[in-house]
Amino acid sequence: MTPVLLIFFVLAGLAVIGALSLVVQKHPIHSALSLIVVMVCLAGLYLLMGAEFVAAVQIIVYGGAIMVLFIFVIMLLNAGEEERTDFSKLAKIAGLPLALALTAAISAAVVKPDASIPNATQAVIPDATKLISSMLFQEFVYPFELTSFLILVAIMGALVLAQREKK
Amino acid sequence: MIESLKNLVEQNAFWIITVVKIVLLVFIVLTVNAYLTWFERKAVAHIQSRWGPHRVGPHGLLQPAADGLKFLFKEDPTPQGVDRFVYYLAPLLALALSLTALAVIPFGPNPLPFKVLGQEVYLWITNPDIGLLILFSITALSVYGIALAGWASNSKYSLLGGLRSSAQMISYELALTMSVVGVLLLANSFSLQEIINQQDNAKRVGFLGWNLFAWTRNGLMFPQIIGFICFFTSAIAETNRAPFDLPEAESELVAGFHTEYASFKFAMFFIAEYTAMITVSCLATILFLGGWQSAFPETPLFHITHYIPSIMLIPFGLWVIYDGLKYETIWGKLVLPVIGFVMFAIGSILLAGAWNSHLYHVNEFIQPVFWFTAKVFVFLFFYVWARGTLPRLRYDQLMNFGWKLLLPVSIANVIFTAGVILARGAK
Repeated sequence: MTPVLLIFFVLAGLAVIGALSLVVQKHPIHSALSLIVVMVCLAGLYLLMGAEFVAAVQIIVYGGAIMVLFIFVIMLLNAGEEERTDFSKLAKIAGLPLALALTAAISAAVVKPDASIPNATQAVIPDATKLISSMLFQEFVYPFELTSFLILVAIMGALVLAQREKK
Repeated sequence: MIESLKNLVEQNAFWIITVVKIVLLVFIVLTVNAYLTWFERKAVAHIQSRWGPHRVGPHGLLQPAADGLKFLFKEDPTPQGVDRFVYYLAPLLALALSLTALAVIPFGPNPLPFKVLGQEVYLWITNPDIGLLILFSITALSVYGIALAGWASNSKYSLLGGLRSSAQMISYELALTMSVVGVLLLANSFSLQEIINQQDNAKRVGFLGWNLFAWTRNGLMFPQIIGFICFFTSAIAETNRAPFDLPEAESELVAGFHTEYASFKFAMFFIAEYTAMITVSCLATILFLGGWQSAFPETPLFHITHYIPSIMLIPFGLWVIYDGLKYETIWGKLVLPVIGFVMFAIGSILLAGAWNSHLYHVNEFIQPVFWFTAKVFVFLFFYVWARGTLPRLRYDQLMNFGWKLLLPVSIANVIFTAGVILARGAK
């Protein structure tokens, strides 16, 4: 077992535990904390693949900004523990089989050797950040700018809704 | 047996050296932290016409040790109704994250003048290509220590402190990140060493080559003075220091997020805050003041500036000896002259480098480290100075200042920098 593989299993295990605890925890803050664990572990996995920039951005944007906002809102609303309701009938009957089917489908895709997918544990790609930026701002510049426009529209929508309440 | 042990050590030399470096760095940083509290109390006291600590040891020099012991032996009650797991996690998180940030900071360009276990030993723990991004991701996470401490304490003051801190961190992180983009445009890299090396026109033109004035090898670029002011202001806010210390605001929130923490858990927050101050000062030095580059050009005319460390140490040592001899207590009469003599001796050894070739190498090795620490110290003094002289901002002032002034100005800085680089036709 190489050190890289060991780190991979530790991070993957932590991510799975965090994801499970996200669902199981009763308090919103605990759930949010579990989600942060998942985000940071994912960043570690990206780092193992040599995607340094994506890993750092994963922590800065998801682990930092977005989750801080979640926690801020939970604290501001002072949300208490959730009550467990009786789950829906559909979830009770079909939940486990559907989850198993999804896992099977994903693992089948993962296990099947595909030459077009590059090796996951490769060395660091030199100048990966430059490659990403030239892709974003040259090849995919229109979809990229359109996405930012979409986000701007969403922000303005939130502002309009908030202002209407004031009146 | 001994042979195989020796082989084992040599094979794992890299790991052993790294672990030793980490332990040493943590030890040094904790000591600097301790004396930073002493320095802060002394400086603020003198700003306010007081004496500051002067009972424990000569000039209060043993005060940090006394404080540390006090933290260890204080009772450590856990208030009722706290969320136990998060309550214990928060100080750990704050301390661990702030110490981790130091791992990517390079303190000097040259390896130690001798090899250890057959390896060259450099003055950094790790040198990743995305050093700056790692620092920002740690900053992004470090808000959790404070926010969670405020939430888990089950106290109104703490909750308000935690809320304020998360709002403040979200707002100022934007300006902090945007203000650095100008430097990144100049350096074309996220690596902290690349950023320092890009400023090496300082070898020709001295401090004008720093990013603050941006006289690079490709000619004069847009000076990053505005970026620097935005960076340092929002960095003070990010580290929750006065005048942006709303999360703890002693006079309104008692102590804010750490009201319910006592003993060593409180000390952990304290150490985390001071370590963050050191990290930010190092970062400001690297990004805007040329890191370890000297303030003077590397021309024969300015070679005499290589003796600045000794020229500063010798008179200071003599003054400490003089001050010690007329100190009131016998303890001070004994200790201060010894400290002064050590300073005087180190200064003389460095000065002797002018004549002796071995000592010359020592003096040359000291140069970058001296400039780096000197600049970091200037920033630390700024922190203390700001705390001693500026009143705390009101909450709405804080938000207005961050969103309506710092953020637009730092974005304008990015645009101007990019424009000048384009006009100059550099990469």
